[in-house]
Amino acid sequence: MWEIIERAAESNGLVTGFAVVGLVILLSGFLSRKLTCGRIQGSAIAILIGLALAYVGGRYTGGSKGLADLAFFSGVGLMGGNMLRDFAIVATAFEVHPEEAKRAGWVGGIALVLGTVLPFIVGVMVAWSFGYRDAVSLTTLGAGAITYIVGPVTGTAIGAESEILALSIAIGVVKAILVMVATPVAARFLRLSTPRSAMVFGGLAGTVSGVSAGLAATDRRLVPYGALVATFHTGLGCLCGPSILYFAVKAIV
Amino acid sequence: MPIYGTALLAACHLLGIILGDLLGRALGMTTNVGGVGIAMILLIVARYYLHRSGRLNAASEKGVIYWGAIYIPVVVAMAMQQNMLVALKGGPMALIAALASVLVCGCFVAFINRGEPLPHPDSNEVESR
Repeated sequence: MWEIIERAAESNGLVTGFAVVGLVILLSGFLSRKLTCGRIQGSAIAILIGLALAYVGGRYTGGSKGLADLAFFSGVGLMGGNMLRDFAIVATAFEVHPEEAKRAGWVGGIALVLGTVLPFIVGVMVAWSFGYRDAVSLTTLGAGAITYIVGPVTGTAIGAESEILALSIAIGVVKAILVMVATPVAARFLRLSTPRSAMVFGGLAGTVSGVSAGLAATDRRLVPYGALVATFHTGLGCLCGPSILYFAVKAIV
Repeated sequence: MPIYGTALLAACHLLGIILGDLLGRALGMTTNVGGVGIAMILLIVARYYLHRSGRLNAASEKGVIYWGAIYIPVVVAMAMQQNMLVALKGGPMALIAALASVLVCGCFVAFINRGEPLPHPDSNEVESR
């Protein structure tokens, strides 16, 4: 019986991937509601579970591709591979309306640029202090401090190793979780009360999941404003990470 | 038909990657420079013009929206295949880097928002939306 199931899963890899990921997201949504009262967004928990499963997979097989090294879960490798990942990220741009983007105005733009450059500089400095010296690793880790998408996209583009990619994702995920949890607490200090302030926040805080969850827990009406600017964040980061920022690091190192 | 939307997305994706490769080559590298970001801009522009000329109907849009909605699951799948054993060696670094960047950005948010003029009583944008 088990052989039949295993063969079905192996020969329908991508489909198995959809089922497995769906199950993980279902579970994380449940955990988000029951354990954290929705304060930590389901997607963040799902990513943490994913990283935990990658750890289990790596422990079990000794390979470098996490759960995807197990034949049963090989489809997860295709689903989370570069091709589908980039395809899905590009698709999110469809939700951005140029007219609404204009309304964000120059403050949103400045916040967006600061939100890309500042975390990058901080990330690179921390990576440097932890002993990383090559431009590719420094750039990837700095990009991870922008968002957990920009890190791996940048790292893949400039040829970083898998463990550096994983570390950059870890930085981005920890950052997203910090933003989610800290935003409602720090709302008064951040002066989060108007659409404009939400846009500034969305540009600087970056991570879409962190911003939307954090704002939802602060004031639901502010969510679209923050998320609108934050949706540009990944695009700007993916554009600048492997180009301007990488060259800047390369020039310094 | 949804396939039109998905095909539009695929065309923008491929064109973005090709332009990113060309940009990379122009800058003297073998890597792709900002291909994903370029593809996103292409899709925004394509949507804007197709929408204005009314050539993009709701059914076609579904072919893009689905893939946008699937992006968190794809990221989860991506997380599942990372080399965690090695990443965990740098555990404290992830925490410090994330904490430091959140603190720095938080201070800038607070600083910029303190410079915001008081909202006009007649511009209750939040409520009117």
